[in-house]
Amino acid sequence: MKAAALLLAGSMALAACASDEDSGGSANGGGGDSGGDLRIGLAFDTGGRGDRSFNDSAVAGLEAAVEEHGGEFRDLSPSADGSNRVDLLTQLADEGYNPVIAVGFAYGEVIGDVVEQYPDTTFAIIDSSAEEVGADNLTGLLFAEHEGSFLAGVAAALKSETGHVGFVGGVETPLIQKFEAGYVAGAQAVNPDIVVDTQYISPAGDFSGFNDPARGQIVAQGMYDAGADIVYHAAGGSGVGVFQAAAASGGRAIGVDSDQYQTVDDPALQAVIMTSMLKRVDNAVEAFIGEFVDGNVSGGTDEVYDLSSEGVGLATSGGFIDDIQGEIDDYRQQIIDGEIEVATTP
Amino acid sequence: MSALRRLGPTLLAPVLAVVAAIIISGLVMAALQVNPFDVYAVMVDFGDTPAQQMTAIVVILNRAVPLFLAGLAVAVAFRMGLFNIGVEGQYRLATIMAAAIGAAVALPGPLHVLLIVVVAMAVAAIWAGIVAVLKVTRGVSEVISSIMLNFIALGIASYLLTGPFRGSPEGASIISTAEIAESGWMPSLNWVFDALGLANPPRQLSGFLLVAIVVGIVISVLLDRTRFGFDLKATGLSPSAARASGVDSRGMVIKTMLISGAVAGLIGMPDLLGSTHSYTTDFTAGLGFLGIAVALLGRNNPVGIAFAALLFAFLDRALVPLQIADYPASVVTIIQGTIVLAVVISNEVARRIALRSAERGMAQNGPPPAVGDGGSGPAQPAGAGRATGAGQHTDERQEAGA
Repeated sequence: MKAAALLLAGSMALAACASDEDSGGSANGGGGDSGGDLRIGLAFDTGGRGDRSFNDSAVAGLEAAVEEHGGEFRDLSPSADGSNRVDLLTQLADEGYNPVIAVGFAYGEVIGDVVEQYPDTTFAIIDSSAEEVGADNLTGLLFAEHEGSFLAGVAAALKSETGHVGFVGGVETPLIQKFEAGYVAGAQAVNPDIVVDTQYISPAGDFSGFNDPARGQIVAQGMYDAGADIVYHAAGGSGVGVFQAAAASGGRAIGVDSDQYQTVDDPALQAVIMTSMLKRVDNAVEAFIGEFVDGNVSGGTDEVYDLSSEGVGLATSGGFIDDIQGEIDDYRQQIIDGEIEVATTP
Repeated sequence: MSALRRLGPTLLAPVLAVVAAIIISGLVMAALQVNPFDVYAVMVDFGDTPAQQMTAIVVILNRAVPLFLAGLAVAVAFRMGLFNIGVEGQYRLATIMAAAIGAAVALPGPLHVLLIVVVAMAVAAIWAGIVAVLKVTRGVSEVISSIMLNFIALGIASYLLTGPFRGSPEGASIISTAEIAESGWMPSLNWVFDALGLANPPRQLSGFLLVAIVVGIVISVLLDRTRFGFDLKATGLSPSAARASGVDSRGMVIKTMLISGAVAGLIGMPDLLGSTHSYTTDFTAGLGFLGIAVALLGRNNPVGIAFAALLFAFLDRALVPLQIADYPASVVTIIQGTIVLAVVISNEVARRIALRSAERGMAQNGPPPAVGDGGSGPAQPAGAGRATGAGQHTDERQEAGA
């Protein structure tokens, strides 16, 4: 009893100290100077802010848009099991945020009901098609990951000395299979005899594979041990494990989504990141908000970001692929011109 | 009075744990320069309009239903000292089988729902039964085998989803089973709001709430009012004593795991029948593990588990408003984590207190003292709990002796 009272008193005292300071925390975004009434809501994919990849890329786009158009934004992360995705969207719409952007295909399942419930709010969803939902206030922001991955495969095949490369997927979903399909096709376009190991960290339905660096490392290590010298990962947070395996076995790795050479934060790992397949979520988000501000969001349609619109591409940080840039550009042009058609399924 | 005597020890540990968790997380927040009282105020603020408030309540109830069922499934086994960690795999496998069979058949309304539910219960019970058979025939620890069977169950579920049971078109970003026909949907309970004259929220209140309540009552009666429940509890308290008094402990293991599994099979049903109507790559995962925490907090008592599930659901709901109000949502995770930790500790503390005062009570050969001294805990419930805890304990001994 005494102990409890003491604890309670202590907590109150501490709380009183704390409340002297403004507890508003980090005001996300913060109103732009123009003070326009643009209020953007963003609902993250699992992993949330700070994944140095997919979600952060969306935030970068938001920040750029707020810089340009003024206003503010609010970002929300789902619970660990993602069961409150609907709540994130409805709460943002309830609070008057408009437009509301859902990051990740996982929202595809629930967004249909939400857009119906809030006809006056404009929604966008990344990585999921809006056409199948068919609502005027929803736009899908899609990427041609297979095209970008094709170039990653080209780079890997050109740089491989052993004629053996690898691909580590996070979770065996159709989206990640697009990465695999493009990568394998690109590698084989350069060297038809190349050996491409492909492996997924977790099966469909088990999303742990996107956030399990330890297993990422084991899978990639197996590939390096088997003779692969370059491994491409599309495994979100597990990718760090792939980089670690590359560093441990003197191989190289290809990053994904963001320019991971810039974001990895560790010189030892930086040295193994040959390039990254960029998925310019930031560009897509920024462009969408621009359209919203200008009042010409078409709605009910998908906007596809591919090689021609620079929605996907390869990063050049570190200068590891400068010597093969010419060949990569050749393939890039062929895809844009439609001479090469990249399959979306392995 | 006897109700209070029964509830006393059940209440003491969890209330202690929740209070401790609130204080500890308050201290953590204060250390992080966040005012904990503001945070708690945001957590209990359900919104301004009646529709928003009702939506919040629906969100909490919808989340609480699967948590309650998961807690119940764990608790049934736990009463007997069996640690069924396999609830996760049991409900995932059960849900995909039920989804596939539900989509494949056409039956009139209630029958269709019933078939889906029965399939889910049967699949999960069989899966849990493997654990029991391994235990009684080969002496395999149920902890090990149920964890291992989780991996196998998830693997099978994934294979079935991407292979034979795949119902979504090629290239769709979310793989799912074929959708169950409308006759196999469970209607929502939103008519209740109209009937009670409350605002009808846009969110659908899961119709499975009623089923969960019925299951809770059935399990409660089974555990506390039947010979089976007594055998189960006796085996849990002392396997050798139970065997000596003629309880077939092997049979009990199998029956208990089958029941635990059957309840586990229901966990995925609220979502499957109420909202998704198919099993998808995105189907809510992790409920089986949360169920362990819920059962611990509820002290394996159906009423306690209901409160624990509601508390966890309440905390989960706060994730979104906290972020809106610019507070770290990890507060919720800290509170939940501290509750689990604190409940383990306070269970032990409560057990020792009960034991000590029971011993004292027996030494004096009279009724247990009304108020103990020393110890820690919140004023009223703790005092009452301690005294009645002793009563409960001596009751148990008398029962066991009888």
